[in-house]
Amino acid sequence: MDNLLGLLKQNARYSVKELAVILNQSEEVVAKALEAYEKQGVIKGYQAILNYEKLDQAPVFALIELKVTPKKELGFQEIADRVMEMEEVESVYLMAGDYDLAVFVKGKTMQDVAMFVAKRLSTLDSVLSTSTHFVLSRYKQDGVILKDEEKSDLRGQMVV
Amino acid sequence: MRDFKINQNLSALKPSGIRKFFDIANEMKDVISLSIGEPDFQTPWHIRQAAIDATEQGKTWYSPSTGFLALREEISSYLNRRFQLTYDPNDEILVTVGASEALDAAFRCFVDEGDEVLIIQPSFVCYDPLVRMSGGIPVILQTKAENKFKLTADELRANITPKTKILLISFPTNPTGAIMEREELEALAEVLRDTNILVFSDEIYCELNYTDTSHVSIASLDGMRERTLVINGFSKSYAMTGWRIGYAAGPRELIEPLVKLHQYMVMCAPTLSQFAAIEAMRNGDEDVQMMRNEYNMRRRYLVDRLNAMGLSCFEPEGAFYAFPCIRSTGLTSEEFCEKLIYANQVAVVPGSAFGDSGEGFIRISYSYSLKHITEALNRIEAFLEEIKQ
Repeated sequence: MDNLLGLLKQNARYSVKELAVILNQSEEVVAKALEAYEKQGVIKGYQAILNYEKLDQAPVFALIELKVTPKKELGFQEIADRVMEMEEVESVYLMAGDYDLAVFVKGKTMQDVAMFVAKRLSTLDSVLSTSTHFVLSRYKQDGVILKDEEKSDLRGQMVV
Repeated sequence: MRDFKINQNLSALKPSGIRKFFDIANEMKDVISLSIGEPDFQTPWHIRQAAIDATEQGKTWYSPSTGFLALREEISSYLNRRFQLTYDPNDEILVTVGASEALDAAFRCFVDEGDEVLIIQPSFVCYDPLVRMSGGIPVILQTKAENKFKLTADELRANITPKTKILLISFPTNPTGAIMEREELEALAEVLRDTNILVFSDEIYCELNYTDTSHVSIASLDGMRERTLVINGFSKSYAMTGWRIGYAAGPRELIEPLVKLHQYMVMCAPTLSQFAAIEAMRNGDEDVQMMRNEYNMRRRYLVDRLNAMGLSCFEPEGAFYAFPCIRSTGLTSEEFCEKLIYANQVAVVPGSAFGDSGEGFIRISYSYSLKHITEALNRIEAFLEEIKQ
């Protein structure tokens, strides 16, 4: 990953001016690079990293392991397309291993998520089985540690 | 109570000016520090793994006194590929307990009572005391902001006397971030060539050089190898401060006395750290590059913001410190740092802690994340606004 993308991963709110200083480039060059990344779809968007547990009504998250029968010609694409269109679904990954699709689902309550799995996911044509795992707590997300207290600096205060 | 007299040279040493600010910072809450002089990166995992492996295999005995030959060979090849220096791993390299041991031993090996040792300042706080403990007389070469804190040939020449035994230089420099390029070192070499002056070159920050040309060792210049001890270590380049592993390299006539003293002082450098150091030299180039790249981004951001807020700062081209001038505030370095920590809870180090010529400056370490640096700079900016009123 180049420096520009690395910096934006840390903090998407850096201004073009700040990025230009840090990267020793002109603002114009940085702005163009950003535009190019957006056009190519390398950068798909800029989002806040939320600690959902701090919200008044924290949503419920679950990982649903889906085993599916791949379609001739289309493979897993068809089922993935159908799953990712559902608005309850946060992310969908094709996995190597015991199951095929990892589907992260967000709902208001556990009941909501359970109903979603029972009524909409498991009833899909090619789905062979589902296995639902509810998220109990999040410690780190998108590379960010969610716990509030700053990690203390363990460096010895040497006279150097 | 009995009066056990402490060694006179030791009694005469002044306590470090950095300590005081650590003590204040430790008592206060919510302090953001930009004062620490060691990498914020952890030692790369593969290096730590090498030490774990050695521990598991029970390789916990003393090493040969000069260090494992495998490590001396790696150091020899590193110095050659990076800085075109040639040292025989058999008897021209000594592995030490950090660069600090190498420095201390070197002074004690070559300084006699009353010998003069030329030291650049502002510089690392240990040089002056170590010279005094060895019975030598530190002669301070005050480098200047208008020369980007480089040492000039004139400054060197003007301070040489018949008693001058050693010139100690340390580029890239803590705390100024100054570096010296080949031509500039060549001018110093020209002054030294016809003398009997030894050069101790502390190159611990050699990998943290942000110019397009990499670090140049004075030992690589004509006529300098024979008189130069290159002192270096793994602490800053590989983020290995706590491993206490460094080395001295020089012609065998200079290394031999060092080995003699080293054997009596410490037997050998820590064995497990030596295994880690071997791994660092064999497979650590990418880590060094990654860290340099990170430091460089922070450096640009820091210097740009300091200048924008009116703390004029020459561009530091090495190490991980900026050394802005604070004279525009009308405060001394100590006053500035004390007010800053009490008013806005940011800890930085007064330039005067690194020698009288550091007065009027502060040392800011960028061995911290950009996020941390940004927050600290916001506070410094607010502080400057407040003291203006």
